[in-house]
Amino acid sequence: MSDRTLSRKAAIAGIGQTEFSKDSGRSELQLACEAVLAAITDAGLTPSDVDGLVTFTMDTSEEMEVARNVGMTEVSMFSRVHYGGGAAAGTVLQAAMAVATGVADAVVCYRAFNERSGNRFGNMTGRITTLPPWLSWYAPYGLMTPASWVALHAHRYMERYGVTNADFAPIAIVDRTNAATNPGAWFYERPITFEEHQQSRWIIEPVLRLLDCCQESDGGVAVLVTSTERARDLPNPPAVIAAASQGATFDSEMMTSYYRDDLTGLPEMGVVAKRVWSQSGLTPSDISTAFLYDHFTPFVLMQLEELGFCGRGEAKDWATVERLSLGGELPINTSGGLLGEAYIHGMNGITECVRQIRGTSCNQLANVEHALVTSGTGVPTSGLILSTL
Amino acid sequence: MSTRLAPTITQDTAFFWEGLKTDQLLIQRCEGCGSLRHPPRPMCPQCKSLSWSAIEATGRGTVISYVIPRHPPMPFFDDGYIVALVELDEGVRLVTNLIDISAEDASMGLRVVVRFERFDNDLVLPLFAPENIR
Repeated sequence: MSDRTLSRKAAIAGIGQTEFSKDSGRSELQLACEAVLAAITDAGLTPSDVDGLVTFTMDTSEEMEVARNVGMTEVSMFSRVHYGGGAAAGTVLQAAMAVATGVADAVVCYRAFNERSGNRFGNMTGRITTLPPWLSWYAPYGLMTPASWVALHAHRYMERYGVTNADFAPIAIVDRTNAATNPGAWFYERPITFEEHQQSRWIIEPVLRLLDCCQESDGGVAVLVTSTERARDLPNPPAVIAAASQGATFDSEMMTSYYRDDLTGLPEMGVVAKRVWSQSGLTPSDISTAFLYDHFTPFVLMQLEELGFCGRGEAKDWATVERLSLGGELPINTSGGLLGEAYIHGMNGITECVRQIRGTSCNQLANVEHALVTSGTGVPTSGLILSTL
Repeated sequence: MSTRLAPTITQDTAFFWEGLKTDQLLIQRCEGCGSLRHPPRPMCPQCKSLSWSAIEATGRGTVISYVIPRHPPMPFFDDGYIVALVELDEGVRLVTNLIDISAEDASMGLRVVVRFERFDNDLVLPLFAPENIR
């Protein structure tokens, strides 16, 4: 491996979060501050030890507002990542690069919002008075929700490979089963059956039913990244960043990449896959558990194919409940994912994989060595592989 | 007449929306290499030319994907409306609505033809109907 690699130079040493709810009752800035401070404390550090901050372009909490609330004294690096939920692992990539190059010593990545009680992504009408230029090709035709953008793409995949909505049920069932034993999950103790999935109402026919769509949630999540060397001496076992990459390709749009020859894959995730496998030197069979961004179930199947867990068009047969459950070949979304635990824009998938590496998940797996995390799909995206020391 | 959310028109896209007002479905054509592109943008990714003109599409194409948004209800739309991705015979794609067809009859590969539909505020949208009923 070249000296220029990012692999294993940085680690996640602290994680923090608020409770996940449908109505937090407080400001997004307060949620951000609570999560950031919790991550710093979990790492055994103080705010004056932190000199970097990274968040999503979409986040409403300014870096300097967070810094002054938490009491950071000197910040040398602040950055934001674009493209909605595609940013999640990208924030950790930014932090890891800063730490690996000595630009910063300890960087906190955060995301906090009231996505259920405040501005809901699925309900833009009434909020938008002037359409942004890209949305002007879709909104006049009533294509105005993330579910509908994803479904128009996914329907083409379904047609190509003979996939039906019933083939998405295993993803929802596994997520909700895992959430049922996670006391922090919104759907704690509320698993679902195949029949319930199939009886849930259409959101976007004939692609997405209600139980194929992630929750809308209020909450905040933060992670603290520092050098692997320093993380060794901190209180919690580090989750070493074995690989991190963003991914975009020619003709990528924000959820509406309809103009490429092939609408049957997620090429952005293909870039992430290529980069994280080569950066880490690992292969899909090395992965102990994965958090696969599950805003909408069809794109979980397509991710399995892009990441190389199975071949093109094979996910509908490969992605069985047995294989993806705790104790299976590839347990996914062990906290319940965005469908079952909460929708914190993918950041709660990173924290769950850190817990799996530490051995502290409420659905802890045996012998976890490498955990894969992906971010929002259908958008320019990102991914991570976290490993034990 | 009814209403739709009005597009935001930019220097790069004005010709498309203007063309609709005279019942023309225009496609941007690179003056450098002749390739067609949609949605409109200033530079040709193939030859990098900034020079372009517009050709009038035949208005015929094929449905390559479609969905029926059921929830949440959208202002200006009745339940059962169809959003489609149509590939024009010229090779470029656009998102549109299918009209004069029920949701149950929508299908992949359906041959469609443009209908210029007029809405409030001088807005004209290129919607598509099944080819065989024109």
